[in-house]
Amino acid sequence: MENSSAGEFKLIEEPEKPLAMEPRKFSMWLFMGSVIMLFAALTSAYIVREAEGNWVYFEMPPVFTISTIVILLSSVTMQWAYWSARKDNLGNLKLLLTITAVLGFAFLVLQWEGWTQLVAAKIYFVGNPSGSFLYVLTGVHALHIISAIVFLLIVVVAAYRLQVHAKKLVQLEMCTTYWHFLGGLWLYLFVFLLLYR
Amino acid sequence: MATIDIHPHTTTHHDDHAHEHEHHHGNFWTNYVFSEDHKVIAKQFLITGMIWALIGGVLSVLFRLQLGFPDADLSWLKPILGGWLTPEGKIDPEFYLALVTMHGTIMVFFVLTAGLSGTFSNFLIPLQVGARDMASGFMNMLSYWFFFVSSVIMFISLFISTGPASGGWVIYPPLSALPQAMQGSGLGMTLWLVAMAIFIASSLLGSINYISTVINMRTKGMSFTRLPLTIWAFFFTAIIGILSFPVLFAAALLLIFDRSFGTSFYLSDIYIGGEALPNQGGSPILFQHLFWFLGHPEVYIVLLPALGITSEIIATNSRKPIFGYKAMVGSMLFIAILSFVVWAHHMFVTGMNPFLGSIFTLLTLIIAVPSAVKIFNYVTTLWKGNIRFTSAMLFSIGLVSFFLTGGITGIFLGNSAIDIQLHDTYFVVAHFHLVMGSASFFGMVAGVYHWFPKMFGRMLDEKLGYIHFWLTFVGVYLVFFPMHYIGIAGFPRRYYSWTNFETFSGFADLNMLVSAAAILTLSAQFIFLFNFIYSIFRGKVAPANPWNSNTLEWTTPRNPGHGNWPGEIPTVYRWPYDYSKPGAKDDFIPQHIPYSETPESNFPHENELIKLELNNETIKVEGKHGH
Repeated sequence: MENSSAGEFKLIEEPEKPLAMEPRKFSMWLFMGSVIMLFAALTSAYIVREAEGNWVYFEMPPVFTISTIVILLSSVTMQWAYWSARKDNLGNLKLLLTITAVLGFAFLVLQWEGWTQLVAAKIYFVGNPSGSFLYVLTGVHALHIISAIVFLLIVVVAAYRLQVHAKKLVQLEMCTTYWHFLGGLWLYLFVFLLLYR
Repeated sequence: MATIDIHPHTTTHHDDHAHEHEHHHGNFWTNYVFSEDHKVIAKQFLITGMIWALIGGVLSVLFRLQLGFPDADLSWLKPILGGWLTPEGKIDPEFYLALVTMHGTIMVFFVLTAGLSGTFSNFLIPLQVGARDMASGFMNMLSYWFFFVSSVIMFISLFISTGPASGGWVIYPPLSALPQAMQGSGLGMTLWLVAMAIFIASSLLGSINYISTVINMRTKGMSFTRLPLTIWAFFFTAIIGILSFPVLFAAALLLIFDRSFGTSFYLSDIYIGGEALPNQGGSPILFQHLFWFLGHPEVYIVLLPALGITSEIIATNSRKPIFGYKAMVGSMLFIAILSFVVWAHHMFVTGMNPFLGSIFTLLTLIIAVPSAVKIFNYVTTLWKGNIRFTSAMLFSIGLVSFFLTGGITGIFLGNSAIDIQLHDTYFVVAHFHLVMGSASFFGMVAGVYHWFPKMFGRMLDEKLGYIHFWLTFVGVYLVFFPMHYIGIAGFPRRYYSWTNFETFSGFADLNMLVSAAAILTLSAQFIFLFNFIYSIFRGKVAPANPWNSNTLEWTTPRNPGHGNWPGEIPTVYRWPYDYSKPGAKDDFIPQHIPYSETPESNFPHENELIKLELNNETIKVEGKHGH
C-alpha cells in the first residue's frame, strides 16, 4: 500500500517542474549565448566598417581550409567519444577524447600557421582594419579554443580516473556541447570571412 | 519498483545535505569574506555599492561647485584635491573633465548596475523563488570578487598623477584612444578599460547565475505566472546583460588594440600638433555603434530592477493586487526587446544617414507605450488602495514621479529633428538623470528600506526615512528641473565654464540654485547612512513579516541561515498579490497558503485547484513515511 502510493506520488510530482534543467548545463548555454553576442558584435563591426570603404582586399590564407577540416573532424571524434561514454565503452572514450584534444591542438597550430602566411603576404595586425579584423576574429576564437582544450583535458583526466561513464555524463556533455559550439563558430567565421573579403 | 526505491532515498539524502549546511559554521573568512551564501554576497554588493555612491556623489558636488560658483575660492579643498586645484583656488579644467567622467562611470556601472542588480538579484531571487541558494554559489562569489577587483582598479585610477579617465563615461575615440590627446587618456584610460573588462566578467557571471536560478531552482508550485514582479524584472535584466555586455567587451577590446598595439579600428586621418598619425582607415562612428548597442540596454539594466522592486512595494503597501500583472510582465519584456533596437538615437547628430534617423525615432517613441503601461498600472494600483506610507513606499512613489517627468522629455529627445537643438545640452542631462539616475536610485533606496528587516533582522528608523525622502525628493527636482531650461537655452554639457560666453551669463543664478540643491541632496544621504549603520546594530528588532507581505522571503526565520529555510522549502499555491481579497480574514494571503485553507475567499476556479492540492498533501505524508 505504502509503496504503491509512493509510486503515485512520483507520478504526480515528476511533471511539476517541467522546465528545470541541470543548472550547470544551463549556465553553459547562457555562456555560449554571450560568446555569440561577442562575435556578433565583432562581425557586424566588420560589415559596418567594410561598407565605409578604404578597405584592403586580400586572399585568405589557404591553411584555414585545412584547419576547418581539422576542427570538423575533432567534432566527429568528440561526438563519438560521447556515444562511447553512453555505452560505457571506456577504452574508446579515453582514446577518442585524447584524439580530440590532439586535433584541437593541431587546429591551434594551423591557425598560427595561417597568421604566418598572412604576415608573409604583408598583411599585418597593425595596418588596414581589414587585416586587423582577421587577426582579432581568429585570435579571440583561438582563445576560446584554448579554454575548450583546458576543459577537455580536465575531462580526459576524469575519464582516465574512470569518473566519466554512462551514469556520470554531465561534465562530458557540457564539454561536447562547448566543443561543437566552437567548431560551429569557426565554420561561421570561415564562411563569413569568405563572403565578406 | 527499483526507481521508486531510489527516489525517496535521493530526496532524503538531499534534505540531509541541506540540513548539514545550515549547521555548518565556517570561519570568519568563509562566512563573511569569501562566502558563497547569496545573502552575504548581496550585502557585500550593497555596501560596496553604497561606498561607490558616496564617492560618485561627492565627485558630482565638486564639479557642481565649479559650475554654480565659478568665481569662488576653493583652496579650502586643498587637503583633498591637492594638485588638482589651480593656484587661484579653482578646479583644474582637465580634472573637471575627469570628475564628470568618473561620476558617470561610477554611478552607471558601479552603483546602479552592480550595486542595484548585484544586491537585489542576489538577495531576492533565491528567497522569492524558494531556493536554498543560487545555482552556483562559487560563480556568485567570483562575481562579487571580480567586481571588487574592478572597483579597486577604478579607485586607484582616481589617485594617479595624470588623473583618471576624462573623455566622458562614453569614452569616445579618438579622444580616449590617443594618450597624447589629454592627460586622462593615458594611464587613467588604461586602468578604466582594465577595470571595465573585469567588471563585464563579473556582470556576466552574475547574470548567468540569476537566469539559471530563476529557471531551474524554483520551488514546487512556483510557476512563471506566480513569480513576483521583482523576479521577472531581475530575470529580464540578466538577459539584457548577457546579450549586451559582450558587445561592450568587443568595443573595449578593439579600443585596447588601437591604444596599445597601433591598430586603426577607430582612428583615421588624425593630425596632432601638425604631425599626421600613421593610423588609416578606422571609423570612430563604429565605436559609437558598438558602445551604444550596450549603452542603451544598459539604461534598462539600471532601470528594470528598480521598476520590479517598486511593483512589489507599491502592491504591498497599497494592500491591493498589482494592477495588470501580465501587462507588467509584458511591458517589461517589450521594453527589454525594444532596448536593443534604439541605440542609434544617441547618434542622431554624428552624421548618420537621416533615413536611419527616422527609423530609430519611430522605434524610440514606441518605448513610450510599455513605459506608459507601467505608469498607468502603478497609478491604478495606488488608486483607492489602503496606502501605508512607509519609507519604502514613499521612495517607490518618488520613482513613479521621476519615471514620468523624465520619460516625457525622452519623447522630445527621441525625435531626430528636435535632437539637433537639444543634443549634448543640459536638457539631456536633466532627462537621463531623472528617468534613469534618480528613478533607479529611488528604486534601490526603496528596496533597502523594504528588505532591510530581512537583510539585518532589524528595522530602519521610519522618521529618519521620511526626512531622507523629502529632502532627497525635493532636492532631486531642484537639481534637475532647472536643467531643462538651461538645456533649452543651449548650454552644452561637460563644459568647464560658460563665463566666456555673454549669452550664457544670464543663467548663473539658476546654476547656483542647482549646485546648492545638489549639496543639500548629498547631505541628505548622510541621514540615510547614519540610519543604515545605526539600525544594523541598534534598530528595532524586526517581526517575521513586518509589511504583511505575501512573498516567500517572509516565511524564513528573522535571520535566515545558510539554506534559507530550516526545514522544508515552502510550496507555493497562489500568486504573490492576494492583498485585500474579498472575504479573506486578513488583508493578505501569503503564497504558501493553500486554497484549501482559505475557502472563504476562493474564486470558483481556485476551488477546483483544491483537489490538486489535497492530492499533494496526502502524497507528502506518504513521502515522509517512505523515509
